[in-house]
Amino acid sequence: MAIFLTAESKVIVQGMTGSEGMKHTQRMLASGTNVVGGVNPRKAGAEVEFPGDVLVPVYGTVAEAMEATGADVSVLFVPPPFTKSAVIEAVDAGMPLVVIITEGVPVADTAEFFAYAQSKGTRLIGPNCPGLITPGQSNVGITPANITGPGRIGLVSKSGTLTYQMMFELRDIGFTTAVGIGGDPIVGTTHIDCLEAFENDPETAAIVMIGEIGGDAEERAAAYIKEHVTKPVVGYVAGFEAPEGKTMGHAGAIVSGSAGTAQAKKEALEAAGVRVGKTPSETARLMREILTGA
Amino acid sequence: MDLYEYQARDMFEKHGVPVLPGIVAETPAEARAAAEQLGGVVVVKAQVKVGGRGKAGGVKVAKTPDEAEAYAEAILGMDIKDHTVHRVMIAAGAAIAEEFYFSVLLDRAERRYLAMCSVEGGMEIEQLAVERPDALAKVAIDPLVGIDEAKAYEIVDEARFPADLRDQVAGVIQKLWTVYKEEDATLVEVNPLVRTEDGSIIALDGKVTLDENAEFRHADHAALEDKAAADPLEAKAKHMNLNYVKLDGSVGIIGNGAGLVMSTLDVVAYAGEQFGGQKPANFLDIGGGASAEVMANGLDVILHDPQVKSVFVNVFGGITSCVAVADGIVGALEALGDKATKPLVVRLDGNAVEDGRAILAHAAHPLVTIVETMDGAAAKAAELAAAAE
Repeated sequence: MAIFLTAESKVIVQGMTGSEGMKHTQRMLASGTNVVGGVNPRKAGAEVEFPGDVLVPVYGTVAEAMEATGADVSVLFVPPPFTKSAVIEAVDAGMPLVVIITEGVPVADTAEFFAYAQSKGTRLIGPNCPGLITPGQSNVGITPANITGPGRIGLVSKSGTLTYQMMFELRDIGFTTAVGIGGDPIVGTTHIDCLEAFENDPETAAIVMIGEIGGDAEERAAAYIKEHVTKPVVGYVAGFEAPEGKTMGHAGAIVSGSAGTAQAKKEALEAAGVRVGKTPSETARLMREILTGA
Repeated sequence: MDLYEYQARDMFEKHGVPVLPGIVAETPAEARAAAEQLGGVVVVKAQVKVGGRGKAGGVKVAKTPDEAEAYAEAILGMDIKDHTVHRVMIAAGAAIAEEFYFSVLLDRAERRYLAMCSVEGGMEIEQLAVERPDALAKVAIDPLVGIDEAKAYEIVDEARFPADLRDQVAGVIQKLWTVYKEEDATLVEVNPLVRTEDGSIIALDGKVTLDENAEFRHADHAALEDKAAADPLEAKAKHMNLNYVKLDGSVGIIGNGAGLVMSTLDVVAYAGEQFGGQKPANFLDIGGGASAEVMANGLDVILHDPQVKSVFVNVFGGITSCVAVADGIVGALEALGDKATKPLVVRLDGNAVEDGRAILAHAAHPLVTIVETMDGAAAKAAELAAAAE
């Protein structure tokens, strides 16, 4: 088991024929992902060859790709000006899960396509995220597949590189699924969505939750944990040193006034019984203690 | 990007929001000319991107051009909460009968928009929300619908506007929504929205935050950026497409990925407690898949910061190859030659880490120390910064 993504997932890539799409489709294939097609209306009917004699067909629309392949996941490597229409196309086609890697999507576009996806029952992950990986089964997005293997930890994080760092620190234990939900002000899948899914996943024994300054997603997650999560949760929050009013790379990572500070998030998580590490390494140690008693 | 009041005023006017005439001035002489042009009583308003300027003496009513010039003289150069006043706006005076409040903004948690409105304007909205929560209407806005006529009336009624003002205020709210939508704003706030004694509804002050991600469809937004106010190192970094924020400490930071770099700042400050309170000097994210050139540019920016006493390069190679990072470090140090004097602590992990470390070991530059863990490297960098003081 895992959450959102398994070995059975059939993945199409919107924007596969662009340079980023090509590079990462190759990496996804190399890590065992079942990539069944790409979408590009100008190259419909073509096949793209990837190393290892893998041929991936290109379809004109998401609907055609789904009909031909039974795809149930779409991952987007589409530039920001075209992301909204690409997401809406996937939602209209009835795609159950759409993973948006693109960085720099206007937040108004995200607000609109999120509202639309929600009304049609499509789950979105991202934008501005590394995607998700179920080690040993499937990898959708840009997470390096060789950091660690399958295991018992579920991970949810706003940050890509902190996800990689945490997977690396706990590589001997391994992960069920690691989800990078993205650092934008509005994201399709939240910490809470992932906590709920990990709580219901029998193979996940414990959960690492990585947050950062901005918004109140961590505070909300803390309230959710207190009420609904029985599995042990270890937390980490980045951004104690971030000055007020400055954007730190992630559009969402901005502190305004007293709400959204790292300290407030840490306190909320601790009040919910979550053990919060001061550094990524200490966070990994806390998780190791829980799972191995070491 | 936050706009100045005069920029917000211009943007409101462009979309048909009723505003008073206003002219921006950078010198007392320009302020006098503006007051002469507007005629009558004017208001001299400091242009700073921070609240509380009235209390700080940054807003003055001038009855004559002489007074406008004198007030501009006093206000220009004033320091308001660490913001220096470089411009004033000379605004036409108005006979205010009542003050209201309106804003529309992004509601991150609910993943939609929120409109807030009150018939009790003028005071800080945070204060109103705490002291008189019943007086502040909060209305959720569906991003797929926006503020149409029905929603505008809903807002007006929730805020309990009197019947004779409903139509007028609802009309202004719809125009303010047009500003929000058409300009890709994440905040449009009017405080106060006023009724004048002659019965007009006017946006007397405006705050607008624009979404920088949407600049690709707003060619005119780049001109709104206040380049003169930017830190010179931040400007240089932006020119090189680096994501850099200047801070006050002594340990220069370079890393990849916003989350990891933010975490690096924290870990350095935490380790720095043992070394006389050393703090990070900056945030610098070289991003995913960075080349040796990007790495070298980043080092170039940081080494030019006189406050930097040591540098901590913290990279977890996901897509970024540790080889590129190592090549960038070696290349930048070669280019700097004798000018490179600050110690570098490097922690690499992930993609091609062995090869990256081998490149650094082979170069054996006397300024470079390789440390294997993030916590250990942070401590080393803080120690070196303390030693250099």
